[in-house]
Amino acid sequence: MRLGFFLKESLRSMRRNAAPSFAALATVLVTMLVLGVFIPVFQAATGAADSVRGRVLVDVYMQTTATAAEDARVHKEILALPHVRSVSFESKAKALAQQSKQFPGAYALVGTNPLPDTFHVTPDNPGNVLVVRSELSPKAPGGSTRMIDPAIKNVSNHTEDTQKILTITSIVKWALFGLTLLLVSASILLIANTIKLSLYARRREVEVMKLVGATDWFIRWPFVIEGVIVGGIGATVAIALLAITKIALLDPLTSSWRLIAPLQTIGFVWLIVILLASGMAISALGSGLSLRRFLRV
Amino acid sequence: MAISESHNRSRRRPVPPTTRAKKVARPPRSGPGAPVIEFRGVSKLYAGGDIGLDQATFSVDRGEFVFVVGSTGSGKSTIMRLLIKEVDATDGTIRVAGRDLEEITRRRVPFYRRNLGVVFQDFKLLPSRTVYENVAYALQVTGGTRREIRDKVPDILRLTGLSTKLHNYPTQLSGGEQQRVSIARAFVNHPPLLLADEPTGNLDPETSIGIMQLLYRINRTGTTVLVATHDQAMVDKMRRRVLELSQGRVIRDEATGLYARDETTREFAARLRGAGIEYPEV
Repeated sequence: MRLGFFLKESLRSMRRNAAPSFAALATVLVTMLVLGVFIPVFQAATGAADSVRGRVLVDVYMQTTATAAEDARVHKEILALPHVRSVSFESKAKALAQQSKQFPGAYALVGTNPLPDTFHVTPDNPGNVLVVRSELSPKAPGGSTRMIDPAIKNVSNHTEDTQKILTITSIVKWALFGLTLLLVSASILLIANTIKLSLYARRREVEVMKLVGATDWFIRWPFVIEGVIVGGIGATVAIALLAITKIALLDPLTSSWRLIAPLQTIGFVWLIVILLASGMAISALGSGLSLRRFLRV
Repeated sequence: MAISESHNRSRRRPVPPTTRAKKVARPPRSGPGAPVIEFRGVSKLYAGGDIGLDQATFSVDRGEFVFVVGSTGSGKSTIMRLLIKEVDATDGTIRVAGRDLEEITRRRVPFYRRNLGVVFQDFKLLPSRTVYENVAYALQVTGGTRREIRDKVPDILRLTGLSTKLHNYPTQLSGGEQQRVSIARAFVNHPPLLLADEPTGNLDPETSIGIMQLLYRINRTGTTVLVATHDQAMVDKMRRRVLELSQGRVIRDEATGLYARDETTREFAARLRGAGIEYPEV
């Protein structure tokens, strides 16, 4: 009986205050739509940045004359260094096979294998790539560099590219993070404000209810339920719009246009759950809390 | 028309005050003769330094009809606001039905208010509800069942002469009718105490008489009625106990005698309209 009564009360007040209810609904809808677009975009962008950063390696080229024993020794030395996560070995034969597959004919002209044995060193953190590099080839006092092992010919980390990748990806990540934070707080403020306005229009009503002897929660429940309904409808419409966009635009695009690897983003089901829950929670909490001011009679 | 009908009705089936009141009223701590309202040295100082009430001491017994008069700012409204616990006294003790208002916590205030009927000058009706729903809300607040509402609301609306206006919204009613709705809402729980703050302040004299007649009828069921007003002519004609305030002090407290307790509401109305001329009832 109680729940039914509260439900009826909130439906009635929505009907009687259609304009503010609609304003709150539209606000929730727009913010959920923006959030629904931004969460996957943020995830895709950070995922892309991370995968680019993951490709940051230090290549250690051996002398072309290096023996298997020297290879093994250098492998051990590299592994002993700090900030090294993993080392993969690419023999000259394997490198040749790969290269000749990529450029058939080009290597057929060359009689012998000109490629050296190579170690690909992955640092524990992309930011440590320069540390690893200087460990492998410490700067000598004279300004020249000297390898830690005479069997190593060269250490390369494509310094310029690496620097660029690292700075750009971190800028992108932080910028997106800041933007998302800004959007979320803007949505919360916007929804809270709209709710406050619609409550302000009804403050006299709340005052009368208090004078008749209604308890705070007796007054509050219909408002909270109203918030849940408004938030739920707003989020549902936003989700429907997102789903249409996804099915009509995004899905055909990704299947026919495999230029980039499919990006790892949040599953659509999870997105629905998050949007629905946050839409209802924000507007229910917003109306419950905003009401506090008017209950002090 | 409506008044005489309901009046006859109340004669046919008088509301038993004791049994009705028992359901909602907290039994007073002291004996049955204890006053319903007791102010002892009550002062109220507002934040701005204005004196709302200055050492007011008086008591009102069960079943009394009391006028509180005085000019604007004399403290009438302060007494009302203190009694509904909208504000707390700065000094002194207020007891209602033997209960010290100081002891009621903020959380318990709604439950305390259910023992009071309150009527305001500006009616304070819920604009988005019909007459019926406005009155029903007072019952819903106390957890009244649907059946209770179906039984009680039409009854009280008949008593107040609003049977034909059940489904009108407050804006569709005249001032007098709105005040009747607010009285119906105040009385639907049959509270032992009814407070009215300038109930006729916005109404013309003829309508005011109707409202006073209604309050008198409620008083005759055993309910204590406290009316704040500045309508001196009305007070003189009613000849009930008068508490006069000036600058927060009680300067006069007298039971203006010469009135018969058993006066019927019809006689009462006739007397108010003057010289025993019986007007056709409105």
